[in-house]
Amino acid sequence: MDTKLTVSLSPHIHSRNSIDHCMWNVIIALIPALVVAVWTFGLQALLVIGISVAACLLTEGLIDRFLFHRHLSLSNGSAIITGILLAFNLPSILPWWMVVIGAVVAIGIGKMSFGGLGCNIWNPALVGRVFLLISFPAAMTTWPVDVPSGIGHITGATGTDANTGATLLASLNDYSYGKIGLDNVDFMDMAIGHMNGSLGEVGSVAILIGLAYLLITKVITWHIPVSMIASAALFSWAFGGNPVLDIFAGGLLLGAVFMATDYVTSPMTRQGQIIYGFMIGFITIVIRRYGSYPEGVSFAILLMNSFTPIINRYCHPRLFGRRKTSAVKA
Amino acid sequence: MGVISTSIIVLGIIGALAAIVLYFVAKKFHVYENPKIAEIEELLPGANCGGCGFAGCQAFAKACAETDSLDGFNCTGAGKDIMDKISVIVGLEAKAGVRRVAVMRCNGGCGERQIVNNYDGVTSCAMEGALYQGETDCNYGCLGRGDCVASCMFDALHIDPKSGIAVVDYEKCVGCGKCVKTCPRGLLELVEDIPDKPLVWVACMNHDKGPLAMKECTVSCIGCGKCKRVCTHEAVEVTDFLAHINPEACVGCGECEAACPRHSIVHHGNLIPEKKEAES
Amino acid sequence: MKLKTFRKGGIHPDPNKLTSGIPMIKADVSSEIRLELAESIGVPARCIVKPGQTVSAGEMVAEAAAFVSAPVHSPVAGTVKRIEKLRDISGFWREAVIIATEIIETAVDEAEEALSPRTQEEVDALTPKEIIDIVGNAGVVGLGGATFPTRVKLSIPEGKKAEIVILNGAECEPYLTCDEVLMCGWPEYIVAGCRLIMKAVGVEKAVIGIEANKPQAIAAFRRYLKGSDDISVVKLRMKYPQGGEKQLIEAITGRQVPEGALPVDVGAVVDNVATAYAVYDAVYNRRPLTQRIVTVTGPELKKPGNYLVKLGTSIRTIIEAAGGLPENTGKVIAGGPMMGKAMANLDAPTTKAVSGILVLPRSISQRHEEEPCIRCAKCVSVCPMGLEPYQMMNLSIAKRFEEITSLHVMSCLECGCCSYVCPSHRPLLDYIRYAKREIRNLPKK
Repeated sequence: MDTKLTVSLSPHIHSRNSIDHCMWNVIIALIPALVVAVWTFGLQALLVIGISVAACLLTEGLIDRFLFHRHLSLSNGSAIITGILLAFNLPSILPWWMVVIGAVVAIGIGKMSFGGLGCNIWNPALVGRVFLLISFPAAMTTWPVDVPSGIGHITGATGTDANTGATLLASLNDYSYGKIGLDNVDFMDMAIGHMNGSLGEVGSVAILIGLAYLLITKVITWHIPVSMIASAALFSWAFGGNPVLDIFAGGLLLGAVFMATDYVTSPMTRQGQIIYGFMIGFITIVIRRYGSYPEGVSFAILLMNSFTPIINRYCHPRLFGRRKTSAVKA
Repeated sequence: MGVISTSIIVLGIIGALAAIVLYFVAKKFHVYENPKIAEIEELLPGANCGGCGFAGCQAFAKACAETDSLDGFNCTGAGKDIMDKISVIVGLEAKAGVRRVAVMRCNGGCGERQIVNNYDGVTSCAMEGALYQGETDCNYGCLGRGDCVASCMFDALHIDPKSGIAVVDYEKCVGCGKCVKTCPRGLLELVEDIPDKPLVWVACMNHDKGPLAMKECTVSCIGCGKCKRVCTHEAVEVTDFLAHINPEACVGCGECEAACPRHSIVHHGNLIPEKKEAES
Repeated sequence: MKLKTFRKGGIHPDPNKLTSGIPMIKADVSSEIRLELAESIGVPARCIVKPGQTVSAGEMVAEAAAFVSAPVHSPVAGTVKRIEKLRDISGFWREAVIIATEIIETAVDEAEEALSPRTQEEVDALTPKEIIDIVGNAGVVGLGGATFPTRVKLSIPEGKKAEIVILNGAECEPYLTCDEVLMCGWPEYIVAGCRLIMKAVGVEKAVIGIEANKPQAIAAFRRYLKGSDDISVVKLRMKYPQGGEKQLIEAITGRQVPEGALPVDVGAVVDNVATAYAVYDAVYNRRPLTQRIVTVTGPELKKPGNYLVKLGTSIRTIIEAAGGLPENTGKVIAGGPMMGKAMANLDAPTTKAVSGILVLPRSISQRHEEEPCIRCAKCVSVCPMGLEPYQMMNLSIAKRFEEITSLHVMSCLECGCCSYVCPSHRPLLDYIRYAKREIRNLPKK
């Protein structure tokens, strides 16, 4: 026997799918939204994204190297995604050191404190974002003044601080939820991202392009985004709001496509994913309608992230040859 | 001022009420437990190895506290000193249990057994053993994936980096028998380590016929029966081309080791005196 | 037209049918035939020959030792040299009969001449029971790889009724083409075998399921079956594991076999096309199962092809005939790449289970490094049985076997879809198999 045979259990072939493959596809899907962000907010946006990504990579690298003593896993791109998504949730004029704090919290607390990739309970980027939102509420809701809010020609818009820009959604909430219709908004601006807001949430069309890419490459399935958007639309209508504005004006699309679909923190089964998406949509609208924050997507996703283990426990796929779903008695 | 005093009063009342409720609940649901159980448990190693034959250390402690005689009670993990202390607590005489150790019945490291294929899969003897014969031609030998190492709670088993097979650290081994149950090839055997009687065992489990066994490993037992012939105490049996030494009949003279042409019999010095010396 | 397939899960591996369309080659008869006695699932056969005894081609050398057991026949005329243990492809010791082939050329001719085929009238006169007995005595087993004795499958349990016979020509495993060659070359014999199976189980209807990537086979059957309405051919959409018994039944009849039940509970009897051919051979030609088509293939192999191999021929001999092992061989697999067994020992004899010999280079066969689970749920969505492989693997690592049982781990058909798609290269199926084994060994309550 000149060559030693290798013996292992079947299957002996593997699909070309890998973590790197999934993650880099998500990064590619994020590029259209990134371009829109730079186009709308200028190079400032690129700076925020750059700082955020660099800080995330550095934090993950240092923790891997000095706390876990394991080989670096930076090349799989998950830290880059967290960095981009965190930046996408920040205003373009946030001071750089706040961005760094957000990134350190996102990776350090949101991800690595649970053991790294695959172990975290909450979406790391949103942990970083919510941390910043609670710690620096003023800075986190200060938007660049030179970007149109998308709602400029509503009478009485002077109510907002003249020195501060405002997001479309915040403006909407200022003037009692649901009173503003499509007539007041330049829909075209909203679609192409020519409005104020966090970096990544403004370009609705760009995000939808990303969604299409993710669906085509089979990185994600339609269940979470569709159920989440549908339920948001439903409850927006039920609570007397305008479904179109609720979907396109804030971070709902960004959340539905890139944040809620995060592998690690979303449920495993199809029906679990639909329940999860549906509840995120519902909670988002409740927060927007009744909460003190104009935006509720981040909180809604984080809340449902916490419920993911419970959903996984009770939602099982239908067993072949069985009529009804059988839940594990535990 | 009013606010502070109100707060103190309110919190105080709540605290007092809670304390009263808790007191009565604790009284109501109190379970009497023999205080000796806790005392004994304190002494035990807490590894729940099961070497004593009970489900765990607590079960053993409970059994000790409730028994009429300590006959047959022996914490293999902690040794005689602990049993003496337990006997003081329960007021019964403890008999010294026989110390048992696990011995490894394979000596075929990578120098002795040629590796003929590569296993590519989960590092687990159970899985590799279920899949196929193993990396060498021997169907019986140590797979070296360390299932026994993982099962040992006393750090007494290691995979020798040089030979690639499991090696027992006799000083640390308490003879709980966990590894015996774990090894998918049944290579570990519990033997009694009686003072002043050296241990002798056949470090091979190969049942193949002589010529095959010879090909498979340079230290395999080929069932030639030389050991049986030299043994004056009728302690050696050869069944299915494999010798086995009956520890009860064996006196530890080591004649068989000298006679074995395959060097598959291990003759080990006595363990307990060594240990005592090391401690003192 | 929407092609039929099963609903749940499934994957689309590259078909890699390198040997598709290559006609069958008869492999040389080797001078030594080594027959394993444990040729089928169940109890190994009991040897009935002695060393030194001469055997003729097709003579039984070992009889069925139990109900679930199949006899073994000598493929050649020769002398029994020894009865001893030898290593199977996994290196485990198995009882075997070793036969020295008399004179190689005449042995083959003799084997052909020894047959005195039954005429159509004789076959028509056979009762179902007689057909089942002939099939049983000929040592026919499921040739898809599971080697379940066909006699047992054809004996419908009391109180159950078969409604349809399904012939499995899906051949969803990548690389393998042995069934395709058989279907393209001998559709009439397969159909004849199918009619015998139908008679044996007492049904009027049969369906041959073939995946869409074998148009020639479909055309061959359609041509031959023109005008007959008892057997139809169904073109199936390509999807692995279509050839799984339960998946095929669902694809064709739309019925799902309940958990823990047998196919006959939904009225189906499934047999591989090669098995149907073997049934034909046994009944018409009185030839027991002593040879099978083996796909010898691999991206680096010099002469890949479909070889007609006498059972008991050493695997190494067959590989030599196909051009020898390439330099960079990593694995040699008995069967397909998804469910086949990696071989540890090439000197083992060919058995009825070996549908293919796949020689994979290191670059393909090597496992990737295991990474943490990112809970992408791909394993859940591809599982054709609706199981949760990720969860079963975690519980298996933690040795919590009781909990895995409640996740229906025993339904797993070990198709390997979960391990195939996992982006973290986790050995999901390894752990599931481990759990299944441990659960089988658990004391019954």
